[in-house]
Amino acid sequence: MSTDATRDEICVVACAEAFRGDGEIMASPMLPVPALGARLAKKTFAPDLVLTDGVAAMQEWGVVEGWMPYRKVFDVVWWGRRHVFMGASQLDRFGNQNLSCIGDWRKPSSQLLGVRGAPGNTICHTTSYWVPKHGKDVFVESVDLVSGVGYDRAAALGPLAGRFHEIRVVVTNLAVLDFDTPDHRMRLRSVHPGVPVDEVLAATSFELVVPPSVPETRRPSTAELELIRAGLK
Amino acid sequence: MADKRITEDDVVAELRDGMTIGIGGWGSRRKPMSLVRAIARSPLRDLTIVSYGGPDVGILCAVGKARKVIYGFVSLDSIPLEPHFRKAREAGSVDAMELDEGMFQWGLRAAAYRLPFLPTRAGLGSDVMRINPALRTVRSPYADGEELVAMPALELDAALVHMNRADARGNGQYLGPDPYFDDLFCMAAKRRFLSCERIVPTEKLREEGPIQSLLIDRMMVDGVVEAPMGAHFTECPTDYGRDEAFQKEYAATAKDPAAWAKFKERYLDAPSHAAYVEAVKSR
Repeated sequence: MSTDATRDEICVVACAEAFRGDGEIMASPMLPVPALGARLAKKTFAPDLVLTDGVAAMQEWGVVEGWMPYRKVFDVVWWGRRHVFMGASQLDRFGNQNLSCIGDWRKPSSQLLGVRGAPGNTICHTTSYWVPKHGKDVFVESVDLVSGVGYDRAAALGPLAGRFHEIRVVVTNLAVLDFDTPDHRMRLRSVHPGVPVDEVLAATSFELVVPPSVPETRRPSTAELELIRAGLK
Repeated sequence: MADKRITEDDVVAELRDGMTIGIGGWGSRRKPMSLVRAIARSPLRDLTIVSYGGPDVGILCAVGKARKVIYGFVSLDSIPLEPHFRKAREAGSVDAMELDEGMFQWGLRAAAYRLPFLPTRAGLGSDVMRINPALRTVRSPYADGEELVAMPALELDAALVHMNRADARGNGQYLGPDPYFDDLFCMAAKRRFLSCERIVPTEKLREEGPIQSLLIDRMMVDGVVEAPMGAHFTECPTDYGRDEAFQKEYAATAKDPAAWAKFKERYLDAPSHAAYVEAVKSR
């Protein structure tokens, strides 16, 4: 157990943990911290993960092992052998995610990316989210547009259409959240070392499910810290 | 044997007001920019643009050519949000059909296969169904009875794509790592126009790259435009990378009307692709 890990390094480990048990599937981290997390997972407990170079190559520690242009990525999404780590401009208590726009879609106050692959990703395979700045503007009562499908929406589709839906975790700069509750409401799984539970609650617009005792997010091991600091090449 | 070589202006002469035009490439990658600029300086209007969007969409919105945009995203890659597209959306000056990226591909494929729709799970449960009220679902006629989105064909009046090499008859070759969906765009369209960095004799194509790099075949193409630097400022590997400095300048003009007017006059109003390339070189 190392005690001198930075918050970012703790987040990297929390993102890595999301991939535990995934086996031989494609990890698609969309942002830098989850990208380091996926690489750390692969270096340690998830060696079979498939990573890409972010362009069109399947790449393992600098060695090209396959071709992964967008058309093949789309195949893998619908095939289901993928775990995506997306960002979120907004998230609600059931994990509905918005990355399309803020305001009324017809004439938004802020046009963002568009729904991108979020609808298909969330209905076809495992999804996690990374929120670098946990705040009430992200964790909202109700998202302006559902890009990524949350648990209530998936449940409403019935067991058939929703059978591949899974939002595993939401990792933020303050905490790790999951949906391991009877009705899949967002739960505070752990707070990062040094973060009081109240700080997370105050930065969330909706009521989180909070267990009687909230554990600390695990710190990186010495070996993990060495790997992270060596750049995970 | 048909020699399909034409110019950017010949392509524009084939297009009409109100047409639905598909544009190949992806984000700020291998976009047929010389054709996009030819449209931008033409009298064409009320176009529906279908694109894995980048500056093609931004420019056609900014010059008022796009009445509607069909997209999954619009991005400049190194600049995640396309500022000219954002401006148009936030002003309410363009109509939009926003789709999941996979649904978008499925719509092109349905059009290519001459099907009214193709089923998919993508879109179910999301607000893609709310913001596109014309979308319908379809129930599997088999024992499972699963309800799926019936993604309608995205039929194109014309498709514009950019390749690294082509012959004069329309066999096109990409030399970068990703074909994107340029073949589907061509197959989904009534009129198909390919620009390329260099036209080479057919027998030289295999010297340029492996047989699998011959993505576009001449059945898919009506006109071939030779346009060296034709994808600038988007990337066109292996011929050139993205001109990031130029892209930054383009992006910054969204917030500065005077800078936009200057940018438009200097680059978009350049009377030909050759004149544009000269203007870029003399920056």
